[in-house]
Amino acid sequence: MKGKTFQKGITMAKIIVVTSGKGGVGKTTTAAAFSTALALRGYKTVVIDFDVGLRNLDLVMGCERRVVYDLINVINHEGNLNQALIKDKRVENLFILPASQTRNKDALTLEGVTTIIEELKERCDFIVCDSPAGIEHGAMMAMYFADEALIVTNPEVSSVRDSDRIIGMLASKTRRAEQGETPIKEHLLVTRYVPSRVTNGDMMSAEDVQEILAVPLLGVIPESKDILRASNSGMPITLEEKSDAGQAYHDAVARFLGETRPMRFLNVKKHFLSRWLGG
Amino acid sequence: MNVMQTNTSTPAFDLKGSRLTTLVLYFYRTDNTAIAAELKEKVAQAPSVFKQAPVILDLRAICNDQQTLDIPFLIEMLRGYGMLPIGVRGGNPKLNSLALAMGLNLFADLKNERNQTVEQIEDEQTVLSKLPPDAQLVPAKIIEHPVRSGQQIFSTGDLIILSMVSPGAEILAYRHIHVYGPLRGRALAGIQGDSTARIFCQKLEAQLVSIAGQYQINEDLSPALMGKPAQIYLKEEQLCIEPF
Repeated sequence: MKGKTFQKGITMAKIIVVTSGKGGVGKTTTAAAFSTALALRGYKTVVIDFDVGLRNLDLVMGCERRVVYDLINVINHEGNLNQALIKDKRVENLFILPASQTRNKDALTLEGVTTIIEELKERCDFIVCDSPAGIEHGAMMAMYFADEALIVTNPEVSSVRDSDRIIGMLASKTRRAEQGETPIKEHLLVTRYVPSRVTNGDMMSAEDVQEILAVPLLGVIPESKDILRASNSGMPITLEEKSDAGQAYHDAVARFLGETRPMRFLNVKKHFLSRWLGG
Repeated sequence: MNVMQTNTSTPAFDLKGSRLTTLVLYFYRTDNTAIAAELKEKVAQAPSVFKQAPVILDLRAICNDQQTLDIPFLIEMLRGYGMLPIGVRGGNPKLNSLALAMGLNLFADLKNERNQTVEQIEDEQTVLSKLPPDAQLVPAKIIEHPVRSGQQIFSTGDLIILSMVSPGAEILAYRHIHVYGPLRGRALAGIQGDSTARIFCQKLEAQLVSIAGQYQINEDLSPALMGKPAQIYLKEEQLCIEPF
């Protein structure tokens, strides 16, 4: 399955930021699902939690009790990267770099993050950066080194507005923008989508969101009860084969890697509903 | 032994910068009697202010006068009121030598230089505004990327946006504004009062449009115009929005 460009040791890792501006739209769920799906395909993947002070990724990834050293420890040279990286027990090639719960985001220095990214770049295929909400320092650090960005948006106006703001920052406040390189490749991921509510007119359609943000649509993740259950049990949703949300994330990862997949879960369909209800 | 003691003892002095309020006496005439009378009146208003106050005599205005200012007389008078004349500035050689003879110092004429610079700048501005309008042409600013929420783009000439303007974004220009994508943010043309400025857009969904300070918000826009190509201009100080 491995693509030519990402063979270990041959090319530097691709850095992906998962960002949104607004909180609670599914950034951490996406970071966990996406990195797990990439690792399942054989890519060596590290997922970094940049939400210093509100550490969540390790919970969603089910490795909370194995955290000894964290991102800030590594930045402050209180531990090395190998000590801080947690190897996932279920998926080969998947590593988690947790955030610190006891510090604040000012502890994230640009020098420190640079050193970590540089070191990881030579050791893996993908680095997934889980951004904190907001447009402050932590979010800026998470996006600074990105090559590609997953913009996670809920189909409602305030989330769309905040995503628009973040996209503006991706184009102006990041390393690629500052050094005049090719801009960060942006991907739109619409989450918590309920096709029936779109039909009713309660919810913005994925098309509307895409039209307002003018960013290519990578995937639509349907609202699903599975996600809450999976998060609470520390299971990335892409490990749940039967879940439609998990399947939607797998589709999105496939498109991210250049495959063509039809958009599922966009419409209210009989077969979709029956499968959904039938579990 | 002696050397060691010198090294370890406290220093003999410290050299530090300090600010001291100094009075500057600007002379406009050389008439002793008039100066004496005005000075007496001034001091009488608040004698304590002038006690021990260092004073500099500014001679710029009178340095070319035919009659020479009687510096020795003035110094004596100032000292009589308790003031401490410390120097002069802006004088000619004759005035300066009189001042030096009275034990005063000559201060550099910094302020004079600065005034000249300001005058020069003003002169240049006057020249610029007298030029025909064509000579003042400012190139248009062309933006090829979307203008996102929270971003602000400003042009001192025309502003041309080839992509969209998101809600929450703001575009401003001294002259016309052209938007070739959807206009969903705020667009303000002629912000320096140019009432001939216009806004042209392919898809009008703006939160606010304004020409030379006359504005209209989204709620007041006619629904028939929403999403349509339109131009916005001022006609007899009224904002007109017309479809193409």
